Amino acid sequence: MKLSAMPQSRRDLLLFLTLLIPVFGVFLAMGPAYGARMSVEAACYAIIALGLTIQWGYAGQFNAGVMGFVALGGVSAMLLSVPPNPDFWNSDLPGELARVLLTLVAGIALVVATSRLHRLGVSRRIRTVLTVGVALIAYLTFINQLTPVASAIESQAGFIGGMGLPAWVGWLVGGALAGGIGYFIGHICLGLRSDYLAIATLGIAEIIKAFLKNADWLTRGTATVSPLPWPTPGAGELGFVLSRSIYLSITAVMIAVIFFLLHRAYHAPWGRTIRAIRDNEVSAAAMGKNINKRRLEIFVFGCVLMGIGGAALTSFNSIFDPSGYLPLNHTFLVLAMVILGGPGNNLGTLFGAVLVYIIWIMSAPVALFLMDLVVMAGQAWFGWESAGNLDSRALQARVFVIGLLISLVLRYAPKGLMPERVPHHR
Amino acid sequence: MNELVFFINNVVVSGTVSSSIYAMGAIGVTLVFSIMRFAHFAHADMMTLGAFFVLGLTMLFPEVGVAVGLPSALILMPIAMVLTAIVAVGIDRAFYKPLRDHNVKPIVLVIGSLGVTLMLQGLIRLFAGTGSRSLYIAERKDIFRLELPGELATRPIVITEPQIILFFCTVGAVVALHWFLTRSRLGKAMRAMSDNPDLARVSGINTNTVIAVTWMIAGALATAAGTLLSLDVVLKPDLSFFLLLPIFAAAIVGGVGHPYGAIAGGFVVGFAETLAVFNWAVLLRPFQDMLPAGWELPTYLAFVGTEYKITVPFFILVAILVWRPTGLFKGKVL
Repeated sequence: MKLSAMPQSRRDLLLFLTLLIPVFGVFLAMGPAYGARMSVEAACYAIIALGLTIQWGYAGQFNAGVMGFVALGGVSAMLLSVPPNPDFWNSDLPGELARVLLTLVAGIALVVATSRLHRLGVSRRIRTVLTVGVALIAYLTFINQLTPVASAIESQAGFIGGMGLPAWVGWLVGGALAGGIGYFIGHICLGLRSDYLAIATLGIAEIIKAFLKNADWLTRGTATVSPLPWPTPGAGELGFVLSRSIYLSITAVMIAVIFFLLHRAYHAPWGRTIRAIRDNEVSAAAMGKNINKRRLEIFVFGCVLMGIGGAALTSFNSIFDPSGYLPLNHTFLVLAMVILGGPGNNLGTLFGAVLVYIIWIMSAPVALFLMDLVVMAGQAWFGWESAGNLDSRALQARVFVIGLLISLVLRYAPKGLMPERVPHHR
Repeated sequence: MNELVFFINNVVVSGTVSSSIYAMGAIGVTLVFSIMRFAHFAHADMMTLGAFFVLGLTMLFPEVGVAVGLPSALILMPIAMVLTAIVAVGIDRAFYKPLRDHNVKPIVLVIGSLGVTLMLQGLIRLFAGTGSRSLYIAERKDIFRLELPGELATRPIVITEPQIILFFCTVGAVVALHWFLTRSRLGKAMRAMSDNPDLARVSGINTNTVIAVTWMIAGALATAAGTLLSLDVVLKPDLSFFLLLPIFAAAIVGGVGHPYGAIAGGFVVGFAETLAVFNWAVLLRPFQDMLPAGWELPTYLAFVGTEYKITVPFFILVAILVWRPTGLFKGKVL
């Protein structure tokens, strides 16, 4: 029976059974500890991918800055779960930092108040000019106050340290933070064509990364923070395999909860509205649906999921390294997972997350193996000199593989391996 | 006067350099955007690819430029432009045309171009490694120091050979493009297709030819921009994401579909970036004596630190999307 002729549920089952082969392959070839690590990371990526699938699959919004939201989740997991830094809290720096933050709040309040001036009868043009002026002055004041305090924190205490709260609090806050930034971006770009959203999210991701990398007082920048505590017993107490399995079960529970909620939302009137807007914006508007509000909602929800997934991933890696967030690892990999699995199909997204993650981690060793073969053959037949640094070059093969994967899927399976199931009511 | 020289060196010269690069990139982006109606994310990698073609050719023939007195890379650039143009058309045939034929939404083409970006990046790094390289292989970079007459200025205005070449190349490219778009049959066809693709098709314009020509222009300009940028600084394989945002910002500021707007947008973005990271305290220093006693000028007064340069194009983009999504020159909102 041909794959495409099967009923969809059987096809899905068959695909998942086939997926077990590479999973077991990795467990056998690399050992159970590596396999467990891979499963946890794939599970965290699955949460992030679910965030992208509701944006891209449910609503047709293309977010090219997943990395930024993942990094926001990571930084809040770090800030809330790392133990407090006594050097910082025992000095007079917290007070000064609070004063700077108060300035920021006052500045924002002032700018917002100025932007409301037209209600008092000031003409709109003057109001805009005034607002921009006030915003510039407030910004410069804030920067001038922050710089000395930040460098004092860096020299006296290193960084402000964490709050010592349980890791899951950091995950939730990470989701909220990512959602907040998502609200800001979505508010600006969702009314325009989706290309603009892609460009703007690409930009905000780079900005978030630049901030986290250079704000040494907050994140220690390139010096990195480690270890981050886990919400479960660590490897020191239980050994690698068992501790990672417990972590995996936590992420699995999270995925199950998110999956259930998304499933309900998708089949609820809210989900139908979202799909109606995606498929035909004009007629959805004619039916009286509030298009921009629904779009903003789903964009923010997607960002929240990315934040939570990113926080779980960063906690698991147990190190917060701002330069470790790369567009390739945290944006395009997730994109490949979503479009391979089937945008708009949650089950497909889970499938894609696991499959693409295996392809991703296996492509470097396989490429190295192939390159070794080529070099050996070259040496034997033509007397080539080996180029040396083959390891680092093989690592770059991943970039090509993910790009090729995206192109091939778009060309030959534009709806993914598990296409979205559109319910038809008779 | 030394302060003024410092300003010229750090703002006028370097601002013009980055503006010209952005402008050349933005012309390609805006042409693709208006004719094929999608944001081409692989453009910055096309720049890198073109520059690597130049690097390869220069390594093969390092002595070409000596006879003429120009850098060999510049002499070999036209060949690389042709190569990149061919590659660009090939990429279109292999990856974008099938998608277009399926009548997909433009945003799917954007995703396709992201796939192409990654493949190009992967290939470049696979073959050329990740380190940075110089395009000057057999020669040295000439640096001109212009001494100003008079007693006041003791420091010279510094300008390098690639910067001068860059100015001339930008002007040449703009004039040639203007001539092409307004005088030639194909250029007029391109403008027609950008205005209304269906109408252009029914009036007998061969849209496939127009698309191929668009890719050739985009590829050739990208090569020129990438090469001139690498001549001025160094050639790095991971330029792309830092160039992409300013280029898109420039294209949108200028108004999508307006090549001249893209040039203006490139200069707006380039100078905004340079002015934002410039330390204004230097310019204010001569006025220190006029201030009442006790008033100290800060030693460092820039809007953003150099490490946050990327925020400038982003906020320009946000501002233009909020206030004037059509861009300065009334382009399209696609």
